[in-house]
Amino acid sequence: MIAVLDYDAGNLTSVACAVRHLGHEPEITRDPEVVRSADRVIFPGVGAAGSSMATLEKLGLADALRDVHSAGRPILGICIGCQVAFSRSEEDGGTDCLGLLEGEAVRFRFAEGVDRKVPHMGWNEVRFGGPHAVLEGIPAGSQFYFVHSYHVVPAEPALVLGTASYGDIDFTAAVARDNLVAVQFHAEKSGPAGLKLLENFLEWSP
Amino acid sequence: MLSKRLIVCLDVRDGKVTKGVQFKGNVEVGEPVAMAEEYYRQGVDELVFYDITASAEGRPIDIEMVREVARRIFIPFSVGGGIRNLDDMRQVLLAGAEKVSVNSLAVREPAIISDGARAFGNQCIVLGMDALEVGASEEIPSGYEIVVKGGRERTGIDMLEWAKRAEELGAGEICLNSINADGTRDGYELTATRMVSRAVEIPVIASGGAGTSEHLARVLTEGEADAALIASMVHFLGFTIPGIKSDLAAEGIRVRLETGGGPAS
Repeated sequence: MIAVLDYDAGNLTSVACAVRHLGHEPEITRDPEVVRSADRVIFPGVGAAGSSMATLEKLGLADALRDVHSAGRPILGICIGCQVAFSRSEEDGGTDCLGLLEGEAVRFRFAEGVDRKVPHMGWNEVRFGGPHAVLEGIPAGSQFYFVHSYHVVPAEPALVLGTASYGDIDFTAAVARDNLVAVQFHAEKSGPAGLKLLENFLEWSP
Repeated sequence: MLSKRLIVCLDVRDGKVTKGVQFKGNVEVGEPVAMAEEYYRQGVDELVFYDITASAEGRPIDIEMVREVARRIFIPFSVGGGIRNLDDMRQVLLAGAEKVSVNSLAVREPAIISDGARAFGNQCIVLGMDALEVGASEEIPSGYEIVVKGGRERTGIDMLEWAKRAEELGAGEICLNSINADGTRDGYELTATRMVSRAVEIPVIASGGAGTSEHLARVLTEGEADAALIASMVHFLGFTIPGIKSDLAAEGIRVRLETGGGPAS
């Protein structure tokens, strides 16, 4: 069973539609026991780190995610799901996050004189360091759809799976370690390249 | 580097896509869901569904159509034209739209912008504004006045003042439609677009007047728009999304060149 986490962090319709399009029926859930029993978990979301973490803790989903992670079952974090997978976020005056990965989410900060809009919204190319099972069949140079004001800074460069550029910054757009993959972009809204990544994730055996 | 976005607008009336000149004399052009799929397959970056009928007649938005689109295309799309309140926004977003667009409703009730942004996130709220060139005056210092009802009613609000206000209230994007240019195919209103782009930090979508790829290239460079909205060019004039994008790329404008219909579709 594929669990899609529902924790009031934005709307899950797009993720559910994409999973169904790929031939699977997702279980949209906020029940920690359902999450613990899932074969794989998609952890999406838009919004702020503070409220997302508060809801994950309150619903018992933070511990459930840590359990699924230790059990070695595949987890895909998307957008805010990618950010709160890390130890901490700068957002909301500093938020302690899940700590599945070492590092921090920080706000976009550009050099003096570099004027870029925040949020970073729209299509941007992700340069993948691969190889990784979730990247199979995705052409080099593919662009993905982003909407975010914070980006992750992993403690170890080895976590970085993909990088994108905005203003004068190269930021981490995808990370992977063991059974966890997390992407800053919305794979479910990124056309065929995003669907391919989701399809690969749904078939992935780490 | 972020790409400039190419957005196709589907004006829907009685379940069909229409597109007329300056909001008058609409002619029917096709089935919305099938057209959305076709543009998705061609590699459009985003779609806008604008339900003229819903707004003019106070009818609710066709939520089933929104659901059907969400099941078939996997890029962002927004819905506008018939949003009456927060509950309409919620329904449209839950049906799978990425964004909702408000225009005359926000002029009447600016709080809908802040309420919507608070409830669903700034990125969900697009402020559509129709601007009419009226010449600079004390009341309208920018020379462009906000109009509603497809340009039939003037509001006395200055375009730049409204753009800045909308940003403060929490709009995530502004879609600026020039009433003078709309449907003319003579090119976008470059001056107004550049003025708004410079006045706000949020992305600006240029709308109204596209007839050639050169028009898009100009509004994305000289007009400083983040995205260009088109309709007639692809609905009737024989342009394709990949054709327009390769024209833009040839002008040195960064676009997303992948097309739909990949292995998973």
